[in-house]
Amino acid sequence: MSLSLFIEQSLNGVQLGVMLFLMAAGLTLVFGIMNLINLAHGSLYMAGAFFAAAFIKLTGSFVLAVLLALPAAAIVGAFVEWAVLRRFYSRGHLDQVLVTFGLILVFNDVVRMIWGVVPVPLPPPDALAGSVHLFEGVFYPAFRLAILAVGALVALALYFVVSHTRVGMWIRAGASNRPMASALGVDVELVFSLVFSAGAALAGLAGLMAGPITAVQVGMGEPILILALVVTVIGGIGSIRGAFVAALIIGIGDTFGRVLLPPALGSMVIFMLMAAILAWRPKGLFPVHG
Amino acid sequence: MVDSALKPAETGFIARTLRESWPILVVLALLALAPTLSSALENPFLIRLFTRAVIFGMAAVALNFVLGFGGLVSLMHAGLAGIGAYTVAILAFHDYDGSKLFGVFAGTGNLAISIPLGMLLSAFGAALTGIVSLRTSGAYFIMITLAFNQMLYYFFVALQQYGGDDGLQILASLDLAGFDISKRATFFYVALAALTLELLFFARLVDSRFGVILRATAQNERRVIALGIPPLRYKLAAFAISGAAAGLAGALWATGQQFVSPSELSWVRSGDYIVMAVLGGMGRVWGPVLGAIVFVLLEAFLPSWTQFWQAPFGLVVILIVVFLKGGLIDLVGAKGPRAPGGGGH
Amino acid sequence: MASPILSVKNLNKRFAGIIATNDLSLDVMPLETHALIGPNGAGKTTLIAQLQGELAPDSGHIAFNGADITREPAHRRARLGIARSFQITSIFPGFTALANVALAAQARENHGFKFWTNAANDPALVAPARAALETIGLDHRADIVAEDLSHGERRQLELAMALAMRPSLLLLDEPMAGMGRQDGQRMTRILAGLKKDYAILIVEHDMDAVFALADRVSVLVAGAVIATGDPGAVRADPAVKAAYLGHKG
Repeated sequence: MSLSLFIEQSLNGVQLGVMLFLMAAGLTLVFGIMNLINLAHGSLYMAGAFFAAAFIKLTGSFVLAVLLALPAAAIVGAFVEWAVLRRFYSRGHLDQVLVTFGLILVFNDVVRMIWGVVPVPLPPPDALAGSVHLFEGVFYPAFRLAILAVGALVALALYFVVSHTRVGMWIRAGASNRPMASALGVDVELVFSLVFSAGAALAGLAGLMAGPITAVQVGMGEPILILALVVTVIGGIGSIRGAFVAALIIGIGDTFGRVLLPPALGSMVIFMLMAAILAWRPKGLFPVHG
Repeated sequence: MVDSALKPAETGFIARTLRESWPILVVLALLALAPTLSSALENPFLIRLFTRAVIFGMAAVALNFVLGFGGLVSLMHAGLAGIGAYTVAILAFHDYDGSKLFGVFAGTGNLAISIPLGMLLSAFGAALTGIVSLRTSGAYFIMITLAFNQMLYYFFVALQQYGGDDGLQILASLDLAGFDISKRATFFYVALAALTLELLFFARLVDSRFGVILRATAQNERRVIALGIPPLRYKLAAFAISGAAAGLAGALWATGQQFVSPSELSWVRSGDYIVMAVLGGMGRVWGPVLGAIVFVLLEAFLPSWTQFWQAPFGLVVILIVVFLKGGLIDLVGAKGPRAPGGGGH
Repeated sequence: MASPILSVKNLNKRFAGIIATNDLSLDVMPLETHALIGPNGAGKTTLIAQLQGELAPDSGHIAFNGADITREPAHRRARLGIARSFQITSIFPGFTALANVALAAQARENHGFKFWTNAANDPALVAPARAALETIGLDHRADIVAEDLSHGERRQLELAMALAMRPSLLLLDEPMAGMGRQDGQRMTRILAGLKKDYAILIVEHDMDAVFALADRVSVLVAGAVIATGDPGAVRADPAVKAAYLGHKG
């Protein structure tokens, strides 16, 4: 492997890693705080991409489309949380799996009804359409660099919010001790709704950023959902820090696995990584509760 | 959670089966009429439909052994069934073109070899992944089995030699102990017999000492340990047995279709199996068969009403969870007994 | 003098900086009923959990019948003859009372890899299970599903499960917890009947029961034993009065 290829693949790996982190952050917070397994999280990723595509068509501006798509994804998330999922926080995991599985089917069909089965175009903004000459012989698509930057910024912001603000304190209190949190006067229901909507917005952000480099189509959220679940499990369910570290491990591991190994093995690398890490630490790298 | 299967059974196995499980006897008898009905109506679609129901039923029954009785919410049973299916198909592939598997093993179209081998490999796959997944619990177990399902899915997608994404057609002629399984009716009866044997096997198993430990573990693992029983090895054995049964379903699936494709291994199919188990009722070994029949009928007839049938189907799933806690079993009147631990906390 | 059946030496356990067990040493003699009393939060349940094997101590040693079991997993300790009843009733709610106890009897045997014969019909399991229910006085409720039993009956069931394990040491964590006066008195009578056959380490808040049953009493305060002796002496100990009994008047 030449140095330039190595750099390029490293950037690809980190870029996949930050996308996975955006997905896994919502998953892990929702699980850590509400004790809810949300298989429909990939649908919010899909929603983000479709909203962005629709708003670009409407406004012609990528930036505007992003600014509209994020709250739209958050609203969808808030609605689903309010209408359905809120009833399932205290139910068993099997019920949660079934309900969110049912939601996936509904989401997919709704998208099919509105946009059809043919992939919808989502062009990157003109300013980021080209490649950047990083150094001697290494070109890299500007849009992918932008994803990297945005993802890193959001990760930093999220870390700051969770560990240094009052809202973050509520979130952490809610995650570790719900009755205590509500005894302290935290409006737990409001925190739940906020967290779920924020997770939906992050998933939507990941989806709309992935749109221009993959395809905006029905079911696009499911492969990334699986990877995000792997990230969540490896990082330790409920841990933002764990999700970040695991996302980078999986992003880089998956990218290099596919480049270096024959396809049958390359596609299995991350699952092997997961098995190895869990055999060593069954509760993930950064377990939240004991 | 009332597990009356553990009441002292003064009466024998047969009397109890008649008393507690009559709905499935009726269903199996009705199913046996499907080929006759199909030829009377000159509608070959019917027999394919019910073959699908029987085989999905087998996979869902296999899943329910660990789900309804072991409290293990596995999302990898489509993958485990897929191992069985690909074993049959790959051996048939090498039989047909005369090449050797790994350059060593000759292929075969003899199902008396390839089906047991498929079951063995599925059991092995379940045991190997179980070592990692069963050491965890609750949400971790669900997510890890989901991940392993996708690992198997991508593995078979990546096997370009065997058709990759497009799947693998079985061109060799398959032989099962002299039965002419190329006839749809004959194959249907083979599958129905396999389902019946599977039900009998699991019905005995859940009441055995082994089954009692599994059910107890689902209810209160901490207590099982305090009694002096290490649960992991029992859960692992149960998972492997369930995997073997799923492998059998997959092997029959490949045989009946003369075709396997990775799409049958996708995690959505694993979710479908859970839906079948819950829909039919997890409290009985045979509950999932009812669920599989309803599932297959919905899948066949909803699309003829609307192109967007998945949304109503998804809503049906949600409504089942909300309202029909005991599954269809409760509706047909075989009420009362429930298996423990379906909640999988 | 006989050697102790259970011997605990210098046991320590901390949780995130909180000392739950503090250099604790304790002996239980064969066929002795040894009561463990102390205020809430003294570390009684934590100690029981370490003796049973659910929690691992940070340091110290536990010996059972002279053999070191500090590192033995919980299920093996159970097989060696240590049976625990839980402070919060821990049974199999979906099984009948008989099936609950039959599983305990099954646990005593070598393995559960029997796949075909019906366990509920197996006389090798049902007979000892019925015997244990009879000892506890619950045989008339054998076929009732456990979740339909009253609270007091469930406490009794839990004790029957412990007996069906044929242990030599019973670790009873507040067997009368949550019971009314009548149920509590019945449980005291049952335990009095078991005294002669088992070594018992019992955690209990009901002082009448403790002084009726115990041969010796140890007082646990902040994870450490501050006094051990026969019930009368402990009751008279000024340090105990100050630390514990004093609160109760």
